[in-house]
Amino acid sequence: MSNPAVISRPALPEPEPADRSSVPLLVRDLNVAYGRKVVVWDLDLTVPPGTTMAIVGPNGAGKSTLLKAALGIVPPASGRIEFFGQPFEAVRHRVAYVPQRESVDWDFPVSAWEVVAMGLYRQIGWFGRVRGEHRDRALAALAKVGLSEFARRQISQLSGGQQQRVFLARALVQSADLFLMDEPFASVDAATERAIVAVLRELRAEGRTVVCVHHDLQTVPEYFEHVALINMRLVRQGPVDEVFTAENLRHTYGGKLSLLEDAVQAARRQQMV
Amino acid sequence: MSALRHEHRGGRVTPCPPLSGLSERGAHGVTRTTLVMLCLYIVLMAFSAIASEEAPRGGRSITDNSIQWPAPELIWRVATLQDYNTRVVFLGVSALSSAAGLVGTFLLLRKRSLLSDAVSHATLPGLALAFLIVEAAGGNGRALPVLLAGAAVGGVLGMTTVTLIRRFSRLKDDVALALVLSVFFGLGVCFIVAIQQLPTGNAAGLDHMIYGKAAAMSSGDAKLILGAGLVVALICIALFKEFRLLCFDENFAAVQGWPRILLDLMLMGLVVAVTVIGLQAVGLLLSVALLIVPAAAARFWSESLGKTAWIAAAIGLVSGWGGVLASALFPKLPAGAMIVLVACGVFAFSMLFGVRRGVWVRWREHRRVKQRVGHQHLMRACYELLESRANGQGSAGDFLGAGQIGFDELLRRESWSHHVLSGLLRVGQAAGFVATEGQNQFRLTASGRAEARRVVRNHRLWELYLIEHADVAPSHVHHDADEIEHVVDANIVARLEEMLSAGVAGTVVPVNPELSAPGGARS
Repeated sequence: MSNPAVISRPALPEPEPADRSSVPLLVRDLNVAYGRKVVVWDLDLTVPPGTTMAIVGPNGAGKSTLLKAALGIVPPASGRIEFFGQPFEAVRHRVAYVPQRESVDWDFPVSAWEVVAMGLYRQIGWFGRVRGEHRDRALAALAKVGLSEFARRQISQLSGGQQQRVFLARALVQSADLFLMDEPFASVDAATERAIVAVLRELRAEGRTVVCVHHDLQTVPEYFEHVALINMRLVRQGPVDEVFTAENLRHTYGGKLSLLEDAVQAARRQQMV
Repeated sequence: MSALRHEHRGGRVTPCPPLSGLSERGAHGVTRTTLVMLCLYIVLMAFSAIASEEAPRGGRSITDNSIQWPAPELIWRVATLQDYNTRVVFLGVSALSSAAGLVGTFLLLRKRSLLSDAVSHATLPGLALAFLIVEAAGGNGRALPVLLAGAAVGGVLGMTTVTLIRRFSRLKDDVALALVLSVFFGLGVCFIVAIQQLPTGNAAGLDHMIYGKAAAMSSGDAKLILGAGLVVALICIALFKEFRLLCFDENFAAVQGWPRILLDLMLMGLVVAVTVIGLQAVGLLLSVALLIVPAAAARFWSESLGKTAWIAAAIGLVSGWGGVLASALFPKLPAGAMIVLVACGVFAFSMLFGVRRGVWVRWREHRRVKQRVGHQHLMRACYELLESRANGQGSAGDFLGAGQIGFDELLRRESWSHHVLSGLLRVGQAAGFVATEGQNQFRLTASGRAEARRVVRNHRLWELYLIEHADVAPSHVHHDADEIEHVVDANIVARLEEMLSAGVAGTVVPVNPELSAPGGARS
């Protein structure tokens, strides 16, 4: 609210898509508040199917809260949220979530593959045991993120990047159609960044949809096709080429970043090379 | 790659391994301190329980502290559970303490250890009130089922209050726990005093619930406890997977569609159940120990949740057996306090000698690393001393074999104290790398020469790598290489050889890059 530009230039209301069941995630007029503090305010978002989308915005813009509200972790104050044209409860199995790494205590007595197998618990059901077939699927998912040799290691003995990849594997094992990832690239090593990018490409090639909360402006054009610029409400969303401009970013970040233009230009140069 | 991006990403390419290791160890330290404090508290409580037990025994003066040692036959008979009564009490107590170990493992991982303390204190007003109501209605208020039902209501109320305070006020967890614990217990004490004023009777039987009295258990009571303990353990085993998910990542559980609140309620319900059925055996002051101590001890033995839970159950079983045995042999000693003291003994042993994260294991690992680092420094110091003496003449093979090394000469070059260097030399001598020659003189043996070349080569390969690939100024390289060289393994050395330019193939030791750089010390 300290940012008049955002208020005076709201995004044009998106027309309602004709076939809503093909839209992986549709958010309309979402409001979320923690106590008296409004974090997400009349936010609209339409995630197109089969793409990778970055959610970008300043700290405290409600990026993570948007994901959490969509998944029911945080109760929204108002708004409509649809996954594939249905409420979340009806299509849970088609949605996989990768939380922030800091959201759990890694000093927990489980090994990497056991964490990955947690992605299958819903399928196993109440009172069911984790069996050999489930372990094989967990190991296969770990192999996809390049962690085969660490499968039996206790999770506190993994590096931060490896822990992030374990979370990614836990989502992969669910073979969902929509992946919601909360800052998967936050403070990871180069090897992990490469592994995650490879997974993103593979998921897109398979026709799945990925939505990532992302903090690194320079890599947005390289990693993602679509971008949603968010500062409490949606500033702009669309293909990176059209939307990821210095002007839109200034509206998003409120002109506070002097380095912004340089960063965008650097990113664009990189894309052209 | 643009400069901006390079700089931006450079910061997170190689996190420094020793530093991240340290911070993690610090995080463990905090929980461990809390656990140790909790254990101290429990031990104090146990001793006060023993002390309170001695007072009411009539007939003897309070200065009579003699403990009569039982005959060996009696010890054998009790230890092997030949008495029917001991056997029943043992079965009840051990079923209870194993179930508590299982439930406690999850409670510990859910980081709600102290909630069980609040719950157990909150049982006191519940059971006192149940006694009053049933007595007023003309029933037998001292019947165990009555007391336990009242205690369960009190426990659930206490837990609900904690949850409500946490949910609807700005107070933090610890404040909520402290408030509930003290207020409910205070209320309970008031009720007990009121009961003592009643014409119908005294509070005898109720005060057993505070400190516990396994010896006063009838075989009917013991069977009730046995059955309840088994049910709790079975529920815990059936919901093992669900509890694991809840404790590790509750948000993920919710997204997957697990009823998070219901699962949490079930876990806390099991905690209340264990606390309540344990009242008679260990008493409400000590039931927190039954839940937490075996689980905390088990964490030192395994990194797998399944094994941790079973070890906790086993520790509970052993403690139950030890406590019942001790109180059968020494009637002066209350079973509850003995159970807890045995469990605390197991905890102390586990903390010191546990194979996973015990103090001794970590100390040994730390010492091993320190020794390796010291050894490599010694090897490099010897090599460089001899190298500088040769002044660039001859090959490494020549100058390494040539010279004697003076103790004081080495001391002057490096920043070791006299004591540290003698220690390093002793270790080197034991490993056969160093041989002494007369007063304050020594030389490298054949294997020592090979070792010195290997160490120096790895160090310099890493220095070269830093200069060529990481843009580090040659004068700053030594320090960085020093930190990393002790963790460089054969695999990394092979990759270094691959990446670096010619001149380092085979076993060649590169010249010291610090000295060969422009502006370096070499003339």
